[in-house]
Amino acid sequence: MLTAIIVVPLAGAALVLALGRTAALARAIALSVVLVELALTGALFAAYDPAGGYSFIERADWIPALGVQYLLGVDGLSVPMVLLNGILGVAAVLSSWTVKERVREFFLWLLVLQAAVMGVFVSMDLILFFVFWELELLPMFLLISMWGTGRREYSAMKFLVFTFLGSAFMFAAILVLYFSLPDGERTFDMMALAGNGLAGAIAPAALVFGGFLIAFAVKLPIFPLHTWLPDAHTDAPTAVSVMLAGVLLKMGGYGLLRINAGLFPGELVSAAPLLAVLAVVNVLYGAVVVMRQTDLKRMVAYSSVSHMGFVVLGLASVGATTGQLSGVGLNGAALQLFTHGIITGLLFVVVGLIYERAHTRHIPDMGGMAKQMPVIAVAFLLAGFGALGLPGTAGFPAEIMVFLGGFTAYAWAAALSAFGIVLAAGYMLWAAQRTMFGPRIERWDGLRDATAVDMGAIGVLLVPMLVIGVYPRLLTDVFDAGLAPILRGFGG
Amino acid sequence: MGLTLRDLMLVSPELALVVLALAIVLLDLVLERKRFVLAVGVAGLGVPLAAALGLWAVVADGGAEMAFHGALIVDTFALYFKLLIVGILGLLLLASADHIERFRPHQAEFVALVLLSAAGLMLLAGAADLIAVFVSLELASLPVVALVAFGKNDRSIEAGIKYLVLSGVSAAVLLYGFAFLYGATGTVRLVALDPALPTIATMLPAVADGRPFGSTAVLVGVVLATAGFGFKLSMVPFQMWTPDVYEGAPTPVAAFLATASKAAAFAIVLRLFYTALGGASAEWSIMFAVLAAVTMSVGNVVAIAQSNVKRLLGYSAIAQAGYMLIGVAAVAGGGGDPLGVQSVLFYLGGYAAMNLAAFFAVIAITNVTGDDRIEALAGMGRRSPLLALILAFALISLIGIPPTVGFMGKLFLFNAAVSADLAWLAVFGVVNSVVSAYYYMGIVRTMYMREPPELDGPGEPGRIGAPVAAWLAMGVATAGVAVLGVWPAWLLDVAGSAAGALVP
Repeated sequence: MLTAIIVVPLAGAALVLALGRTAALARAIALSVVLVELALTGALFAAYDPAGGYSFIERADWIPALGVQYLLGVDGLSVPMVLLNGILGVAAVLSSWTVKERVREFFLWLLVLQAAVMGVFVSMDLILFFVFWELELLPMFLLISMWGTGRREYSAMKFLVFTFLGSAFMFAAILVLYFSLPDGERTFDMMALAGNGLAGAIAPAALVFGGFLIAFAVKLPIFPLHTWLPDAHTDAPTAVSVMLAGVLLKMGGYGLLRINAGLFPGELVSAAPLLAVLAVVNVLYGAVVVMRQTDLKRMVAYSSVSHMGFVVLGLASVGATTGQLSGVGLNGAALQLFTHGIITGLLFVVVGLIYERAHTRHIPDMGGMAKQMPVIAVAFLLAGFGALGLPGTAGFPAEIMVFLGGFTAYAWAAALSAFGIVLAAGYMLWAAQRTMFGPRIERWDGLRDATAVDMGAIGVLLVPMLVIGVYPRLLTDVFDAGLAPILRGFGG
Repeated sequence: MGLTLRDLMLVSPELALVVLALAIVLLDLVLERKRFVLAVGVAGLGVPLAAALGLWAVVADGGAEMAFHGALIVDTFALYFKLLIVGILGLLLLASADHIERFRPHQAEFVALVLLSAAGLMLLAGAADLIAVFVSLELASLPVVALVAFGKNDRSIEAGIKYLVLSGVSAAVLLYGFAFLYGATGTVRLVALDPALPTIATMLPAVADGRPFGSTAVLVGVVLATAGFGFKLSMVPFQMWTPDVYEGAPTPVAAFLATASKAAAFAIVLRLFYTALGGASAEWSIMFAVLAAVTMSVGNVVAIAQSNVKRLLGYSAIAQAGYMLIGVAAVAGGGGDPLGVQSVLFYLGGYAAMNLAAFFAVIAITNVTGDDRIEALAGMGRRSPLLALILAFALISLIGIPPTVGFMGKLFLFNAAVSADLAWLAVFGVVNSVVSAYYYMGIVRTMYMREPPELDGPGEPGRIGAPVAAWLAMGVATAGVAVLGVWPAWLLDVAGSAAGALVP
């Protein structure tokens, strides 16, 4: 099952390469592949039993001399992430419908990217996890630098160097972790390590924890390692922005939860005050910088930085010194990963549609576009509501949970971060107002509204956003099951 | 005791190469079609290959054997290198078919010189005393001097003279170092199967006076020998010649230097330090650790500024030597753990595949364009999608991004370093890989994102193809990079049994 989830996009990529002679054919193949993939991930989500712990395990020796295994498995933490990647894959393909250059190669790399991210979410062996983590670099680099806009080559290289540097630390951390384990207990098996608690007991636990933290902090991103993100987002093609905000950042959050929290609870508690500070900085700095942006895409990119601060806050909530640790903060962080993926994905889709039509992302140039493209305007507004955490959208439950957890641990951090919500309401509504509303501008009269394909891309994200907003338990129950063993590490 | 048949059988791979080289020169006199000479050369490599495989079967079961009164040893370690070198030769000759045509009417001499040098390298891998080391090193080096100058243009001849002078100086330094080792210990023997015979390792404790490496004389000997080998390894600070020679020499010769020559140099360095000087591993481990750190940093940082692709590959070769030195330094638990040697052997195999793939693509491209500047690669993604893909894949492997052998090789090297308590060196290595990504990806970027240069007259710059033999060689090398990247266990096992001969 899990192997199929990785292999389907890869096989699809090969199929695109072999058969995608015309643009239409390449698109059609890519769309069918991501739809199959969505069906597979949906089936996995439906079939996953939250009471079952690690499921669908596949284990085979890979490099026996080093104890490296081909080990796949999912739990309540990874199943929603896999589903998220499935959903975003469809949105990404639909929002690339108008790509004109080298269409075949574009979908080829997009599918490889999806496969690599899937691999990250289902790998249970640290080395395998790292291989997939690195595998994603190349398609991203090519997608940004070949199909991007503006300073695309600069941004692609910056993305590559930042991420690669971060993963360098992770690589060292994995090896040091392995050799610091007691003889006979050495393993890369994350499930075994999470179960026996040995990782946190090694001598250089703080160093290893730090290595992982840096790698994931670059990816999430956490201030001050975030500077690659706005550049990459701004210059990437729409589909890549969708994947980047939707799942690539989530790899960082997933790693923090799975490895930093799951394997090193003691170190995480020690680092919690620092993380709380970084969370506040992320949220407020991101939000303030958003205000200053005149480029619509850059604005959404910085809002990502701000919103990822909430994930960090949820993570820091385990540092609670008073009262019983309920885990609501961690659960909120996990939920925020999912919902932010959906909501920001949607925002990037909409921004992409606007750019494609108006050929500008300069906010002051826009205005009154709701009259020409009402559907896009509504989607933009709804996504904006999601981003500012309006009840009824998926953003609300995630943020409320993060704050509930955050208040018990670091009331000051939660209070300051809450200000980020206010700012988010401000910049989102302001942006919507400046672009969509106001007097009609004749220059934009010729703009078409969303086509059927565009509506597909919007719908595939809008539906889960509203469903989860109304019934968040659909996900929180699963996350609860996945986070329960991690919480036990904190005595919760 | 005279020369026995058994001695000849034990050196049959080298002997076969020498015979092949002579046969090619003779054939050249009678054959009109020069292509045929090359075909004979490639086909003839089957003999040393079969001989080496046969010997492997013998020594893997029955243990190592010594030939010529203990001058040469035939063990799985030496045979690993002999097999590797034969493999490199085969691919190299296939890929250079077109390039060699330029040397008309001396194609046969070119091939023969390559084979003779390779025979020297193979002997080097099996050298069991200092004299055999020196003689085989010279046998390997002298043909290379001629080969480097084979291009017969100013750059090529300059590179040849440079190689001649520096290789002579380094040989002198090496010999001087050997003299100290011999003077201190009274023996030139590195290994002996008979425990009664004195070797450097058994004599060292007797002369030890508490200084590093035992005594001052040994220390001086080791430092001089390291300097001498450092030249062959392209190790900083003895790397100066590398970019100049790579740039000036015919590209197949540069590829030969980067893969076969470097592999054999690592073989003898591993042999010397792990056997003869195994008792002083604490001292030389830290020495190689520092040299590794400096070598990879210098190679990677200077490579960033290069504008010529052959020069860049020269600096890349320096940096890659630095990575491999990590494995040399990673001697854990007083030398009882073969992990370091095993990782170097694996990396050398993978490095041969990825570096040859890169060189072959460059050979194929420059054969047509005649321009080895990096900017001349612009638009290669369109002019020759397959060549560009092969080169890009090889470069990604040189960075160490999965799913390539480069990643697996680095995994094993850094793994060995961490297990030998050299975690800092592993961190150094991974950070260096990040730096290297910048210039390797720079080439990828040029190939795919820059427009092809304007040609004289109208029309698209032509597509670039390659002869079938070259495609075959590139296919094999690229497949090696990919297969070993996904399924490295088998070569790791082979490298493990080869390393076992050195570190029991």
